[in-house]
Amino acid sequence: MEALKQKAKDLLERGEVKAIVGYTKGTGDIRRPYFAQRPEQVDGLVLDEACTQNLATYATKHEVRHLGKLGVVALPVTQRALLQLMAERQIRDGDVIVLVAEEGNVEKGNVKELASAAALEEHLALKTDVMDEKDQELLAKLNAKSREERWAFWHRELSRCVKCYACRNSCPMCYCDHCTMDCNRPQWVPVASHDLGNFEYHVVRAMHLAGRCVECGECGRACPVGIPVHLLTFFAEESVHRQFGQRAGHSAKLDYALSTFRPDDKESFIR
Amino acid sequence: MADTFELSHEALNGLFAALRKDGRRVLAPVDSDGRTELNEVESPAQVAKDYLQTILSAKEVVFPKVERLLSYTTGPGKVELKDPEPKALPTVLFGVRPCEAAAFGALDAVFNWDTRDSFFNARMAQIAVIGLSCTKADAACFCTTVGGGPADTRGSDILLSPIEGGFLAEVLTEKGRSIQALAPELFQDGRGIDKTAVKLDKAFDQPALTAKLPGMFDSALWVDQSLRCIGCGACAFVCPTCVCFDIQEEADPKQGQRLRCWDSCGYRMFTLHASGHNPREVQSQRWRQRIYHKFSYYPERYGMLGCVGCGKCTRACPVDMNLREHLVETSEMKA
Amino acid sequence: MEEKFEPKLTAFVCNWCTYAGADLTGTSRIKYQSNVRVLRVPCTGRIDFMLVMKAFQKGADGVIVSGCHPNDCHYTSGNYHARRRWMVYKDLMDFMGMDTRRVTFSWVSAAEGVRWAQLVNEVTDQVRALGPYAEYQQLVGAGIE
Repeated sequence: MEALKQKAKDLLERGEVKAIVGYTKGTGDIRRPYFAQRPEQVDGLVLDEACTQNLATYATKHEVRHLGKLGVVALPVTQRALLQLMAERQIRDGDVIVLVAEEGNVEKGNVKELASAAALEEHLALKTDVMDEKDQELLAKLNAKSREERWAFWHRELSRCVKCYACRNSCPMCYCDHCTMDCNRPQWVPVASHDLGNFEYHVVRAMHLAGRCVECGECGRACPVGIPVHLLTFFAEESVHRQFGQRAGHSAKLDYALSTFRPDDKESFIR
Repeated sequence: MADTFELSHEALNGLFAALRKDGRRVLAPVDSDGRTELNEVESPAQVAKDYLQTILSAKEVVFPKVERLLSYTTGPGKVELKDPEPKALPTVLFGVRPCEAAAFGALDAVFNWDTRDSFFNARMAQIAVIGLSCTKADAACFCTTVGGGPADTRGSDILLSPIEGGFLAEVLTEKGRSIQALAPELFQDGRGIDKTAVKLDKAFDQPALTAKLPGMFDSALWVDQSLRCIGCGACAFVCPTCVCFDIQEEADPKQGQRLRCWDSCGYRMFTLHASGHNPREVQSQRWRQRIYHKFSYYPERYGMLGCVGCGKCTRACPVDMNLREHLVETSEMKA
Repeated sequence: MEEKFEPKLTAFVCNWCTYAGADLTGTSRIKYQSNVRVLRVPCTGRIDFMLVMKAFQKGADGVIVSGCHPNDCHYTSGNYHARRRWMVYKDLMDFMGMDTRRVTFSWVSAAEGVRWAQLVNEVTDQVRALGPYAEYQQLVGAGIE
């Protein structure tokens, strides 16, 4: 932790970054996003298992971008999200310095500084991320149900949605200034949080995340009423990976499955 | 002047039965997959044990997340308009915390300010509130700071406070007396029994804060506090006093309906004008608006606060915007 | 006398292949069941998955999406993009519990007048056997106080 704080302090003092984006202690046992803009503020930084928000979402939030060059204390999923944002040209190579406190070594203090998309890609190539066991189980349980049971499950769960958009706004990949949900000419998806509006919204979000989701699960955690919406985007991401072999957050060059194709893509249902 | 009675656990069973026999549905906090939610119940056994608060507030009963205001069908040369009858069923809200019960007053201030909102009023007329005093509080609660308390009676028709073997029942209003009248034998004499509730110290001087706010409009504090805010509607939607709404018309050439749905001042498009100008373009302006609306404009306009200190916003926020903490910080800032 | 259920089908077809093919069916005087309403788009690549959902919302019991065979797209690659989109969307639809038996994706060329009629007849029979898509209609109007 000390090495991380020291590195963060260095970067601020040398003027290499205008703000460090990390975590600090929050209410009770939880952690919250934290912005250190002056060197003495790095003392508030904390990094442990309770840190869950995907800080990459701030790299496209214009109030944070306007602070200047950022140093982001990045969890593995945040690293992937940042790389994906670079691939999608939402952050310029060099806009962000990624600070990696090697997992398990926070106390030992090995802090890596990744200042370019290439460095980030190289670092991530050494990792194999596995989906959280609990989520794997939940997905498997859902897939094992019958179609009718799945319909009942999602209808019931999504009817509880209040369309607060905590899921959308906490997602690093949902950065559109004018989200399709906000478009009213035409009003493709209803604004109101009735059953139909909720169902359509979540289908749209899952499809827009297919091939782009880094599976951080923050959307599910952000939901105030506890709907496991992350399972929808996880499913869409896994479907893309299974069928096309492409994945989000692996390359500095855009490799988006739904804007590319192979003439020999195989499927079994088109008549 | 409240009449106090003792209501045993067994008597409560009887009261639920009497309410249902009287054709009222009873909504209460229930345990659902680890969450506490307001739902229909048949007996006290189904009510959640040992809960702090529900996630969403009781406002959804009188101000639903989606409400039909009117519908119509069109034919050649004519439009047939249909006013919906607000489906207000006689309802008893059981187990409402004193903070949320007090919030109905804040909703009423807006919905009956100049125009009388017939939808809200029809639903309010049909509900009765049996409140439940708090025996615990958490780091997000601050009801005592904003003129409330864990055993406050505002907004409740009957307030129950846990005692050994059951509850102390304060029958507070006409609606409360009509509930008691359904089964008066269940209510034993309760005079002399002390009401106990958790003790919660004040977190900051609220009147001083309200007086200070007009001079702090241009403070950099709002930028610092809101830097992590992601601009979603979670806080506004769980809040028992938040009342902003959007009107949506869903129509095709043959028919349509006009719906009222929840909206949030935290959204960027909340104040976006048709011209493209947005008076609250950045999140700090929207965050400031939230604080000022609840702690400055509400007192100015309605003579009451727009916040009951329930802490739901803090618990629901994905990035832990702790309102109590923010307000303490604001109070401590040098003017 | 009880009215027998007749399914409503919506077909989104590309202008250059399937629409022309359907036209050929007509000029060849081949009869086929008339439950389908054909909506013409320039290319299957234009077909948003939301169109399929909206069709169901509006009361369709079945949806057909049809375009040019791979390698024959008038705009070169629109149908390849569409294919990828459908591969993901069909998976997601099934995961969320929608009845994917009610959606048919096909390649029908401008020369396949006979095949269009066969396809529509088959799909109409299949959807008739499934009955009305009442499940989806549960969503419409629900959740409004």
